[in-house]
Amino acid sequence: MKVLVPVKRVIDYNVKVRVKADQSGVDLANVKMSMNPFDEIAVEQAIRLKEAGTADEVVVVSIGVKQSQETLRTAMAMGADRALLVVAADNVETDIEPLAVAKILAKVVEEEQPGIVLCGKQAIDNDMNATGQMLSALLGWSQGTFASELELKDDAAIVSREVDGGLQTIKVSLPSVITVDLRLNEPRYASLPNIMKAKKKPLEEKTAADYGIDPTPRLEVLSTAEPAERAAGIIVGSVDELVSKLKEAGAV
Amino acid sequence: MSELPPASRPELGRFEWSDPLRVSDQLTEDERMIQDSARAYAQEKLQPRVIEAFENEHTDAAIFREMGDMGLLGVTIPEQYGGLGGNYVSYGLVAREVERVDSGYRSMMSVQASLVMYPIYAYGSEAQREKYLPKLASGEWIGCFGLTEPDAGSDPGGMKTKAVKTANGYKITGSKMWISNAPIADVFIVWAKSDAHGGKIRGFVLEKGMKGLSAPKIGQKISLRASITGEIVMDGVEVGDDALLPNVEGLKGPFGCLNRARYGISWGVLGAAEFCWHASRQYGLDRKQFGKPLAQTQLFQKKLADMMTEITLGLQASLQVGRLMDAASAAPEMISMVKRNNCGKALDVARMARDMHGGNGISGEFQVIRHMVNLETVNTYEGTHDIHALILGRAQTGLQAFF
Repeated sequence: MKVLVPVKRVIDYNVKVRVKADQSGVDLANVKMSMNPFDEIAVEQAIRLKEAGTADEVVVVSIGVKQSQETLRTAMAMGADRALLVVAADNVETDIEPLAVAKILAKVVEEEQPGIVLCGKQAIDNDMNATGQMLSALLGWSQGTFASELELKDDAAIVSREVDGGLQTIKVSLPSVITVDLRLNEPRYASLPNIMKAKKKPLEEKTAADYGIDPTPRLEVLSTAEPAERAAGIIVGSVDELVSKLKEAGAV
Repeated sequence: MSELPPASRPELGRFEWSDPLRVSDQLTEDERMIQDSARAYAQEKLQPRVIEAFENEHTDAAIFREMGDMGLLGVTIPEQYGGLGGNYVSYGLVAREVERVDSGYRSMMSVQASLVMYPIYAYGSEAQREKYLPKLASGEWIGCFGLTEPDAGSDPGGMKTKAVKTANGYKITGSKMWISNAPIADVFIVWAKSDAHGGKIRGFVLEKGMKGLSAPKIGQKISLRASITGEIVMDGVEVGDDALLPNVEGLKGPFGCLNRARYGISWGVLGAAEFCWHASRQYGLDRKQFGKPLAQTQLFQKKLADMMTEITLGLQASLQVGRLMDAASAAPEMISMVKRNNCGKALDVARMARDMHGGNGISGEFQVIRHMVNLETVNTYEGTHDIHALILGRAQTGLQAFF
């Protein structure tokens, strides 16, 4: 079985994100970028499926700017077999929205015929949490979202989903789109020899136009703002004082 | 009025305090990936055990296998011998990430890579390369390098170790001092004056278990306690002709290795210094005295500014030397300059960091004092701060002042 894993290049999770002065978006100039952490978990899971003999090929795909090559190389250094880059924007500032990504991915799935698509539940930049679900709908495939455990059995996937207040275990038929959550696994880091080997693995490049998809954004960003700073609290001396303060504030 | 070209506009770029001159932008994609992986390994696998290892003077030999699996040993050795086939900039980046945790761990790695694998690769026969390099690259074998002697430190030409020709090999007698990895080593690169070669210095590869060869541990070290150090005692050790490194003669041999190790050290010490700088900055932000953070005082900020500046300039210099090494045009004097400068500056940074941590600075838990005492060694070994000054003095006056 072939596993397809979409990966996205995002601002590194360690970077303190800054909003641009004109509020048109966040500052991406000279900012460290890396693979979306949820996608790393998806890549790790795919590699584990291959190591367990369940999968025979792991293909990673990224839809974005040319620089996403680096993200794909990282995935191949972890153990993915080959990569496909679909260039859908020239400028890192251009957002490629979930629907456009899902439409391109649907075309890639048609071409590649994977038995399963494993993707991160969301990207940490825009937190849309939409692409996997849209892809499943476009393909008419089953979906298992927020997977914290995944087992493939016969023609089905058994997925434990992290939902409010607990875990829900579902069984979906394959082929399926599975989106992964934080606790599914702990991704490996690539060894140096695997980084060197990844340079020799195939990385094919296409464009959104090759798939006949127009990735132009449909949403207009009106403004971007930093979260309001948390105001300082006060320390109260006694329970009575606390109660009276709460009453003053109309909270009790 | 036409719009100003970008470089003429009054607004300049953005400053990132942790990478002021954007070293990371000057790296290739591979180099960045290698740096990230080395950092992940060092932080996840080495950092959790270093405090205890230092405290108990414990060297974990398993680290060599781990480093071998990660590909950290033999970064610049070709793939056919089990190396990575990478460049010298990558080697420097790895040293920086490992030494960010501890100078002892970086020493274990540098010795294996630059002082054991490099001479076998550069001066060894094809048979020696095939026999030793793959097992050293994987960390299955541990190597050490014997040049310094009790009475020959800065003046290695004064060594007393001798190799006497026998019917089918050599008999080596002498002792070596301050040898990293020696007590746990499987492979010993030893330099000796060979009577069969007109008393010139030649390199030999010895193996653990040879008759007359022992490597007692040197105890009571107050520095580099996570990395074992010993002597090499050779009491008429008999080796075959095939133990001789055939392709080098004279001090050029050991210096060829040391140049590479010293270059790596110039990166490594800045990793230790960066740890001390970042820790001091964080401590200064968290610790409040007289109702405000320490980091809001002028004395504290002056120290942080000095730390940031020296580390950043040092990194930029090492990167340039690395690029020149990769282009095969670096000079030994350049390496002396970055080894000397970066070690001295890293030691200054660590001492300041110890100071900025106040009383907590003496605690092993805060780690800056460990880096400080480690860097005392690193500033001394592989050419002391002063000896490198003499090399740089000679380079510009033409006058040697060693003796």
